[in-house]
Order: sequence, then C-alpha cells, then structure tokens
Amino acid sequence: MAPSDGAVVETRDLEKIYRMGDVEVRALRGVSLSIGPGEFVAVMGASGSGKSTFMNLIGCLDRPTRGLYRMTGRDVGKLSRDQLARVRGEQIGFVFQGFNLLPRTSALENVELPLLYQGVSSRERHRRAAEALERVGLSDRLDHTPAQLSGGQQQRVAIARALVNRPTLLLADEPTGNLDSRTSVEVMAIFQELNEQGLTVLLVTHEPDIAQHARRIVTFKDGVLLSDVSLSRRRLAREELREQTA
Amino acid sequence: MNAAASLRTAVRALRKNKLRSLLAMLGIVIAVAAVMATVSIGQGAQAKVAQQMESLGSNLLMVLPGSIAMHGVSTGSGATQNLTRDDATAIERELGSSVAAVAPINRTGAQVVYGDQNWFTQVQGSTAAFLQVRAWQLAEGEAFGREEDASAAKVCVLGQTVVKKLFIPGAPVLGEQIRVKHVPCKVVGILATKGQSFGGSDQDDVILMPWSTVVRRLIGSQADAVGQMMISARSSSSVSDAEREITALLRQRHRLSDQAEPDFQIRNLAEMQNAAKASTETIATLLEAVAAISLIVGGIGIANVMLVSVTERTREIGIRMAVGGRSRDILFQFLTEAVLLASVGGGIGLSLGIGVSKWMAAKGDWPTLLSPAVMLGTLLAAGLAGVVAGFYPALRASRLDPIEALRFE
Repeated sequence: MAPSDGAVVETRDLEKIYRMGDVEVRALRGVSLSIGPGEFVAVMGASGSGKSTFMNLIGCLDRPTRGLYRMTGRDVGKLSRDQLARVRGEQIGFVFQGFNLLPRTSALENVELPLLYQGVSSRERHRRAAEALERVGLSDRLDHTPAQLSGGQQQRVAIARALVNRPTLLLADEPTGNLDSRTSVEVMAIFQELNEQGLTVLLVTHEPDIAQHARRIVTFKDGVLLSDVSLSRRRLAREELREQTA
Repeated sequence: MNAAASLRTAVRALRKNKLRSLLAMLGIVIAVAAVMATVSIGQGAQAKVAQQMESLGSNLLMVLPGSIAMHGVSTGSGATQNLTRDDATAIERELGSSVAAVAPINRTGAQVVYGDQNWFTQVQGSTAAFLQVRAWQLAEGEAFGREEDASAAKVCVLGQTVVKKLFIPGAPVLGEQIRVKHVPCKVVGILATKGQSFGGSDQDDVILMPWSTVVRRLIGSQADAVGQMMISARSSSSVSDAEREITALLRQRHRLSDQAEPDFQIRNLAEMQNAAKASTETIATLLEAVAAISLIVGGIGIANVMLVSVTERTREIGIRMAVGGRSRDILFQFLTEAVLLASVGGGIGLSLGIGVSKWMAAKGDWPTLLSPAVMLGTLLAAGLAGVVAGFYPALRASRLDPIEALRFE
C-alpha cells in the first residue's frame, strides 16, 4: 500500500515484541496500513490476533518495537512518554469497552477530564463538556454519576469525553462489548453521525454485525493483516433503529 | 494541569473517601497537637526558669560559714560564727575589680503586728547592697542606708505579701509603725513583687531591716558573725575571678594554712542557674524529639494510605493517562493529596494543640508559651511530612504503564 499524503494514521512494517520472561511474543509482525481523514475503519480479529496491540500503538499508549508510525504526518513512534501523553490529550479520543469513567464523579466532570490536562480554564471546560454531552444527547444528565446511568448512557458519556478535546482520531476498543444489541446500535449511530461530520473513526471489534457499520474492515490474524476491504453497502444504524421501532 | 485545578481535584478525591482521609489525617493531627502542647510546655518551663533566675539576681555568689569538726564530730555548714561583717567590708573594699556589691545577711523569723493584724514572716537583716545584689526594686518609699545600719535604726522595708497581710488595701503603709517581735519599726519602703523563687517559696513574704537592727535588737547578739553573704560579681565573666579572689582573701583573713580546709564555703549561683537552665533545655529538647517522632509516625500513616489509594485507583490513573495526563500531572496530583492531608491535619492539630496547651496552663498551672515561630514551623514540618510521605506513592502512580493501569480490575 502506498503511503498517502495527509493520512491520519500511517504505519509501515509495524512490529511489537513483548518479552515475557524468556519468551518473546511477537504480537505484531509487520503491519502497514494507512487511514485517511474521514474514514471509518473497523479492526477485526480473534483474540490474540494482535488487534489490541495495534490499537494500543495507534492510541499512543505504547511504542512500537520496530517500524514506522506516523500520525497526521508526525513520527510518533519515537516520542517520549510525556510527548505521547500530549498527543493522546490533543489528538486522540478513546472509547473503551468498560467505559472507564471515574466513579462517583459527575458526567460533566468526567467529560471535562481531558481538558484539565490541557490547561483549559474552568469556565471553558464547563462550556465544552456540556456541549459534548449535548452532542451525545445527555444534556439532562450532567450531574449524574456513572452509577446513576445505564450502560448505554455511560458509554455516551465516554464518547462525549473522547470528543471534548476535538480529536483528529476517535479510537473505540470494543465499545459495544458490554452493551445489549439495541444500545450497541445506538452507539454505532452516534459513531456514524460523528464520522459523517468528518471525524476519523477506528473501531476495534470482534462482532461482525458491529463491524458492518464501518466503511472499511481490516482483519488481523497472528500479528499480520489478513484482509482489508471497503464496504460498498454498510449498515446504517439509524435505519436499523427505525425498523426496530416500527 | 494548573495548581488551582489540581487542588480542586485533590479535594474531590479526598472527599470521596472521607473516612480514609480522616484516618490518614489523624496521625498528623495528633502529631502536630503533641508538638504544639509539648513544645509550649518546654518553652514555658524555660521562660519560667529564666524569669526565676533573673529574680534571684545575676552573677551571684553565696558565701556561707563552713563546718567545723570538734572531737571528731562535724557540724553542718553555717554552724560556725567565723564569717564576720569585717570580712564583708574587706571583700567590698579590696576586690572592687571583680565584685560589684556585698550584702551580709542575718535572718530571723518574727511575728509582726499592725493594729489588730499579725503575721509570722522572715526578717532579713542586711545593708542597702542587698537590693542591688538581688536586683530588687522598691515599689514605694526608699531603702535604708549606712547611717541606719550604724545606729541600728528601727526602720523596715516590707515585702508585698507582708503588706497584704497587715494592711487593708488602699490604707497608707509608708510611715506607719509596725511591731516586729517586741521592736516598734517605721515602714520606710515597700519592695516590688518578686514572685515565686526557683524552689517555690514566696519571695515577697519578707521584711527587710538594717543588719545591726536585726542582729542587735531582734536577735539580741553583740557578735559580728554574719549568717551568709550574697555577692554579685561585676559581670558573668568575672564570676569565677570573684570566686577565686574571695577564697584567697578569706583564707588570708582567717589565717588558714595552705593545707587547711576552708572554714567557709562559696556557692556559685551563676553555675546553678546555668545548670537549671541547661536541664530545662534538655527537657525541652527531649519533648521536641518525641514530637518529631510522632510527626514521622503521622507521615508514615499518610504514606500508607496513599499507597493503598494508588493501588485502588490504578484504573483511574490509567484513564487520566489515556486522556492526556502526563507522568508529572499524576505525580503532582497524588503529591497534592498527600500535602493537603498533612496540611489540613496540621491545621486541625495546631488548633487542638493550642487548646490543650491553654487548658494545661489553666488547669495544671503549667507555664506554657506559644510562639508564632513554633506554630509556623510545625505547620511547615507537617507539610514537609506530607511531601516526603506522599512522594513514593505518587512516584509509583506516575510510573504506571497506562495499558496495564487501564486493564486493572
């Protein structure tokens, strides 16, 4: 695959080797992939296929052993811990399977969290967090703590948190893993809507139904890319929801 | 993250675990309260001793008649009559370079009567030098001089306690006639208040009269023997010179051979004062050491709680890192929590300690002294304990791997 200019994510021969005692685990064995702005890519694969490792590298939570990783043209493979933290804070929004919200903390404060590390003033934090929560349809739940919210609502708070720093890339790691099917579709509807507004989305999932909502599906097996297909007819979550209601 | 935001974050985190925060603080609260209470006692005791020492007079030497052994039986000190007025005069005259004043003193107990009031008190017979040696001011009137001493004049100067016992408050005292034993005396002066002596006796329960009036009229003796002499040296550095010179002079005057035991003894009160001061200082240091140890224990309590907290909040740390928190943000957050615990605990402990110290001062009659410097120092020490105690847990938190931390259950 030719490296394309202006790609949000571009990897070449990306490798990650873990050392567990005397055993070397080659989690990624040379992955080259390019994701352009505005794409919606689903990453699939069985557990142990290397998709989580790939996700961690793309999310700047970890550094590759070998190979190149450029994000919006910048080589992030060799950045320091603190520089990686800065990239995460400014360019990436995370959505996790387990929501990963701070317990006993209101939805508003949870969403404000990324802004706290960017020196945004208190008033501006409030404004932007409330705005992000409104985008995911939770403007009436600002003061609720995670325990007072349903799973779907918690995941929407997490999405709002991922959006609040206006990221270039939204990374979702099994975002529907803890949700029932209807709520899963609701969450996918939000992702599709955000994607239509121009946000680049990278979705890791093992559920084919969920992956069908993306425009492109890449599949991992044993640390290498098995397939990379664009979907001509993807699922549209909004229509599914309409059919279910009807 | 700026300071205000991290402070707010810390407050929020501590509030979420009220009981644990309280327990963590308790150690520091008790430590600081203990520091405040013990240090205030130590300083109070030091101040009291210093004040009592000052009330005794400065650079003091006391000369007492020695003991003699007769037929193998030693008398106690002060039993002999070999210290005389002439000795006192000679010291004053010849040792002027090191000695500032010499007060010969003879004491007797006496019943004093005024109107229908009477009181038993100590009568000190001495010269005008007595006031100088004891650094004692007159509250009213004047002291007697050389003439009154020579003529054994019937005059007296009253201590405050005696005035209180004999006279109705507000009634004229100066010029009144009181009876000391069988001798009518005119009150010419009133001494200023001295308060308790180092030994705890009331120094104001005293009447001062010319030496010869006491010896000739009250005791009824024609001898020139002096009960004791109080001598003040010119300065603290000349005390030991004075001691040496007085010894030499008295040995010469008493015609003692080089081998003979002296028939007098000299007590260096300045040395005793220093010893007393040193012992209170030792006690104060000891108290401070105990207080410091309790601060360390308090700090360990905080470190313990912070370590548990870091483990328990591993996932939170992972989340914070994932959304852009840098290692130093995490470090600073936990450090802030520890320092906050320590400072709030310190503040509570401070008020508690002040309360305890005031209560002890009021209830137990312990002298306590609270200095702002000690309060500030204690608070700073508590804050420092927080930094030291919080650093390792905070460092551990900041070094967590975000992926591992996010996976933590």
